[in-house]
Amino acid sequence: MSKKMKIMVPCDEAHHVCDKSQYKESSIWERMKLYMHLIFCKACRKYSKNNKKLSTTIHKAKVECLDKKCKEAMRLEFEKALKDQLK
Amino acid sequence: MPEHQLNPNKWIDLYSDYLFNYTITRVSDRDMAQDLVQDTFLAGLKSMKNFKGEASERTWLISILKRKIIDHYRKINSNKGKAEVRITYNDDESEGDWLEERVADPFDKTAEDLMQNSELGDAIFDCLSKLPEKQAEVFRMKTIEGYETEDICKELNINASNLWVIIHRARTAMASCLEKNWF
Ligand SMILES: [Zn+2]
Repeated sequence: MSKKMKIMVPCDEAHHVCDKSQYKESSIWERMKLYMHLIFCKACRKYSKNNKKLSTTIHKAKVECLDKKCKEAMRLEFEKALKDQLK
Repeated sequence: MPEHQLNPNKWIDLYSDYLFNYTITRVSDRDMAQDLVQDTFLAGLKSMKNFKGEASERTWLISILKRKIIDHYRKINSNKGKAEVRITYNDDESEGDWLEERVADPFDKTAEDLMQNSELGDAIFDCLSKLPEKQAEVFRMKTIEGYETEDICKELNINASNLWVIIHRARTAMASCLEKNWF
């Protein structure tokens, strides 16, 4: 018997594809399976909607954070000051 | 017994990203923002004895940072000798927010946009700080800093499926945390 193409994916896989899609790391085939799933699954539709909103929100806010090197440099200087303070 | 206490050992871990984002949405220069955050921590350290324990540690640090940012703009403006910084406090809670207006510059974001983005960014980092440390780190690297999956895995010594499980938990928690205020 030939292996049947699995069309319906379980919810956790739908979540996973949805997560990957937020970073443009899902394949077209994966996305098709996700859309199929979303037609039938209300819970995943909700997850998908919120997940997309989270991506848009973060994009819109243009948040930035310190890169690791800067943070470490900051930590070093701060810890030095902290030590001096306790002297 | 004061309600809040200071624990400077944890400051960099707990607040540096929050303060940095807070600053950069208002100063829009990475190096300058970094210096202001560093100055804030050092100033905080020096004035620890003035902490009365009425506000949370973060609110207290933010209040120091705000003064640093205001001073920064004062300095810029006195150098330029023209634009005047107007600071409006809107004191809905104990932590008033402010917005500054600069000389009209067609390429500058409008003050309102700036305000919106800053508040949104504050909310994001606020939610991020409520996640478990590992989740916050992975989410930050992947979503905010935009690292490749592979690089994060190498750096944190996890495999890709670990990463996606962590991302999933973090995204769920972030969405529900932000939902209250922003969605
Ligand atoms: Zn489902």
